[in-house]
Amino acid sequence: MTAAHETQAGVAAGRAVVDTQGMNYLTSLPRRVVTVWVPLSVFVVVLLFPFYWMAMTAFKPDAELLSRAANPFWIHSPTLAHVKHLLFETAYPSWLWNTVVVSVVATVISIFCSVLAAYAIERLRFRGSRYVGMAIFLAYLVPPSILFIPLATMVTELHLFDTRLALILTYPTFLIPFCTWLLMGYFKSIPLELEECALIDGASRLQILIRIVLPLAVPGLISAGIFAFTLSWNEFIYALTFISSSEVKTVPVGVVTELVEGDIYHWGPLMAGALFGSLPVAILYSFFVEYYVSGLTGAVKE
Amino acid sequence: MAALISRLQDNRNVLGLVFLVPAALLLLVFLTYPLGLGTWLGFTDAKIGRPGVWIGLENFEYLWGDSVTRLALFNTIFYTSVASVIKFALGLWLAVLLNKNLPFKATLRAIVLLPFIVPTALSALAFWWIYDAQFSVISWALTRMGLIHQYIDFLGDPWNARFSTIAANVWRGVPFVAITLLAGLQTISPSYYEAASLDGASPWQQFRYVTLPLLTPIIAIVMTFSVLFTFTDFQLIYVLTRGGPLNATHLMATLSFQRAIPGGSLGEGAAIATAMVPFLLAAILVAYFGLQRRAWQQGGKDA
Repeated sequence: MTAAHETQAGVAAGRAVVDTQGMNYLTSLPRRVVTVWVPLSVFVVVLLFPFYWMAMTAFKPDAELLSRAANPFWIHSPTLAHVKHLLFETAYPSWLWNTVVVSVVATVISIFCSVLAAYAIERLRFRGSRYVGMAIFLAYLVPPSILFIPLATMVTELHLFDTRLALILTYPTFLIPFCTWLLMGYFKSIPLELEECALIDGASRLQILIRIVLPLAVPGLISAGIFAFTLSWNEFIYALTFISSSEVKTVPVGVVTELVEGDIYHWGPLMAGALFGSLPVAILYSFFVEYYVSGLTGAVKE
Repeated sequence: MAALISRLQDNRNVLGLVFLVPAALLLLVFLTYPLGLGTWLGFTDAKIGRPGVWIGLENFEYLWGDSVTRLALFNTIFYTSVASVIKFALGLWLAVLLNKNLPFKATLRAIVLLPFIVPTALSALAFWWIYDAQFSVISWALTRMGLIHQYIDFLGDPWNARFSTIAANVWRGVPFVAITLLAGLQTISPSYYEAASLDGASPWQQFRYVTLPLLTPIIAIVMTFSVLFTFTDFQLIYVLTRGGPLNATHLMATLSFQRAIPGGSLGEGAAIATAMVPFLLAAILVAYFGLQRRAWQQGGKDA
């Protein structure tokens, strides 16, 4: 009797804590290598290869880059010449600075607007909030490649052409819908009873939002912030259309439009530019992978 | 007066609207208004620096007869359908692989998502270099293996260019599909698989009759997003080919940019952009009604 119980408990505990095997015992090891590890390795190698290639090219001297004889997968005499060229002979540092400024300011504005909007839609439940929620979702589906032409004429009319403000004001159009949708999901998970208690204790709605809801929604805020920052950093078509002077450009646009000169491609600086433009988001992402993934999957599952 | 203010503060309708003001202001001015303005521009002959006058359907009539626009429409549909099918197949496969009990699961998942988070314009540059006609590393490797004797012109030949751009798009899109589908897979209870395997179902049958039906709702959403992003793709083509060779890779978005910004014909560009809207709406509606039927079949509420 007790033995049976113990076994049951053991099975349950084993499943809950260390179920690393699952139903693996049904497949033999060689079979598992062929059906799981081989395809998985191919996926990982292909998905990572362009980054490896960026890094190789960025530190490889021109002579090696343009030789078909040498093994292209390795660097024989690494050089910092391309990086030096990028930092001191192009406007790359100011592109980096522009991208940081635009991304940070657009993110802060979007999070502020989204928190208020998401709280209003999800928790205040004012008349018509459901339709506003739907409208926000539809706004998320409007692609920038439909909006850039009318926005370009607006930006010119408002005398914002060729300024960072043009980007700071237009990026929230795709950031706010996404962040609002994501935060609505997080706010929904916070128990309503907490708010009711605070209301009975005489807290105002604003106090409830700041003192109770926001501290509980910190993971959601981090997800939304990381997402908004990455999306702004990666934005291309608006920055390409609304900016024309080199010193105002963002990294993706600057690298694509300014480092490609004529028919002779300077692959070294070009790949160094691509590498150092990708690293900041990659590093930020590596610190917050879990938040990023939960934001991505949460937004899709809603 | 103070009483009135405090009463307004507690009224959820008033407070709700106040909280919505910042977001609504930004979205109405920079999203809703330009959406209308763009549609209107499509019916005018606006040029850069010159406000246009209403010319009715003239832009659309001209574009319908324009061979480049027709080619761009074909390219967009071809690009979207081929890339989406491959992204779905590979993404689902990768999701199933990642859902096995693997060591380093979290690390693998983090690595896999990397192509999706770095700027597309910059990873497209890496592909441009990988596809280089003279120094392509793919050609180098294939030559060394003795599979080809001269370097492949990846972006110089129309069909090569179409498939090369699709490959780059798939590379960027597979992680998104895989990670979101993986989230869906993780919600499926293992007991279904245990029951199925006790009943003697083969791995393929388990996948076909347990995994797929339970995953359908999330597949519909993920693929709708994927189709929307692919259909309106711009940066990848702009960086890799600018629409060439011989307009073989021009998509609606890149053609609209080329006509409107370097070309100066805002009206024509806006008309091309407006012509994308019906396709996008169709994709959204298909997903929406498809989902509704699923929800109803699974005993969910009519949403």
